[in-house]
Amino acid sequence: MIEEEDIDLLLNDLFDLYGYDFTRYSRASLKRRIIRLCSLDKFPSFAELRYRVRNDPSYLKRFVEEVTVNVTEMFRDPAFYKSLREEVLPVLGTKPFIRVWHAGCSTGEEVYSMAILLKEANLLRRSLLYATDLNPSVLEKVRKGIFPLALMKQYSESYISSGGTADFSSYYTAQYGQAKFDSELSEKIIISTHNLVSDSSFNEFDLILCRNVLIYFDKELQDRVLKLFDASLGTLGYLALGTKETLKFSAVQHKFKQLNREKIWKKII
Amino acid sequence: MEENHLNRRCELLLIGGSAGSLEVLFRLLPLLRADLPFPVALVLHRRNSGDSTLSELLASKTLNPTQEVEDKEPVTPGTIYLAPADYHLLIEHNRTFSLDYSEKINFSRPSIDVTFESAAEVYGPGLVAILLSGANEDGTSGLTAVKQAGGMAVAQNPDTAQMPFMPHYAITHLPIDHVFDTIEMAAFINSLT
Ligand SMILES: C[S@@+](CC[C@H](N)C(=O)[O-])C[C@H]1O[C@@H](n2cnc3c(N)ncnc32)[C@H](O)[C@@H]1O
Repeated sequence: MIEEEDIDLLLNDLFDLYGYDFTRYSRASLKRRIIRLCSLDKFPSFAELRYRVRNDPSYLKRFVEEVTVNVTEMFRDPAFYKSLREEVLPVLGTKPFIRVWHAGCSTGEEVYSMAILLKEANLLRRSLLYATDLNPSVLEKVRKGIFPLALMKQYSESYISSGGTADFSSYYTAQYGQAKFDSELSEKIIISTHNLVSDSSFNEFDLILCRNVLIYFDKELQDRVLKLFDASLGTLGYLALGTKETLKFSAVQHKFKQLNREKIWKKII
Repeated sequence: MEENHLNRRCELLLIGGSAGSLEVLFRLLPLLRADLPFPVALVLHRRNSGDSTLSELLASKTLNPTQEVEDKEPVTPGTIYLAPADYHLLIEHNRTFSLDYSEKINFSRPSIDVTFESAAEVYGPGLVAILLSGANEDGTSGLTAVKQAGGMAVAQNPDTAQMPFMPHYAITHLPIDHVFDTIEMAAFINSLT
């Protein structure tokens, strides 16, 4: 059994020693991840995990990797991508230059999906996709643009449901069980670590996607991050959240208007 | 087996089910009284994750307001909540829902174990959890956690289940408080206060 107070102590250590602030993460999920890590790395007790975190800075990397949830997919929720294709990209296309920010992009499947949409709308050449996450290890995978070949069948189906009409396999080269996505796509992706808890706005964007990241934060932190997005969006910019996340009840909700059933909002003031 | 459940307060009712459980819910929900004095959360394995009409279908079977959970929503008495497809459903100490898109557990997301264990920590003896029909082991660890926290564990009678494995597995692995068919289950839920 791990007590709440133990978790508090560990979170204080992480902040004091390394500057990572997990105190406003959803506690139920965080606790489950910490218990999972204890058992994965065979710590006989919670105290031993805490000792390791405090005294072995190299273990911090593993802790952050395992405690955050990195699960992602290409073209996850095809209806969402369809709506981007049909309602958002035509409007963005009227701009001379398009900046997109994927906040909490994990290993990049979402970023490459977006790059494909932009390419198919003939907008990729004048777009830049900023891919950020607090976890440097996942960003390494974004840089490579290599995903397991075995998943391509499922991704191809989702791509088609999202309104894609090209041959999905034309976007990658298959080798040794891996699919390497075209450099034409990766060239447009700018990769950087960025912690939504502690880092500030770094540019002005036309579209911000932050999907399935806010669910790991408590209400107060969600609100803070939504303000950061608000401050990072140009006028009439778009904000896209995960299917079960919402702007409703947040401090910035009056500045946004939801487009349709999908979780996409347009900034109106 | 008739126990003193009548004088125990139910603060949250959880129902977990897999293959064959929808049929049970379609018969059970219409038998439940309106204005249930506690919240209900349903955790169901779904074949088609894209299907968002299930909550509407379930809502049509009951007078109690029924909806899919949104992240950080307060757990409100009288409401029937459905765990959204493809997310684990957790409960925070301040009695709000949290969603989690982490790895599947026993090939399932939502996992019944995850919700039962998380709710057990928050609700302890105020929790009643029911496990319905299904063809896998999900739910048994969860029910065990519910019992350990002082809550009550109920299983569908495997003889009445389309897929008896899941409730049967639970019954053989922990001291279940009650084993019910659908009619008995409805009477039991209606008697909870
Ligand atoms: C479940 S993934 C979401 C991936 C993708 N957006 C999707 O919806 O498929 C959550 C990601 O959020 C990242 N994350 C968690 N806390 C963060 C923070 N404070 N700042 C930036 N990223 C964070 C995690 O590292 C992880 O890669």
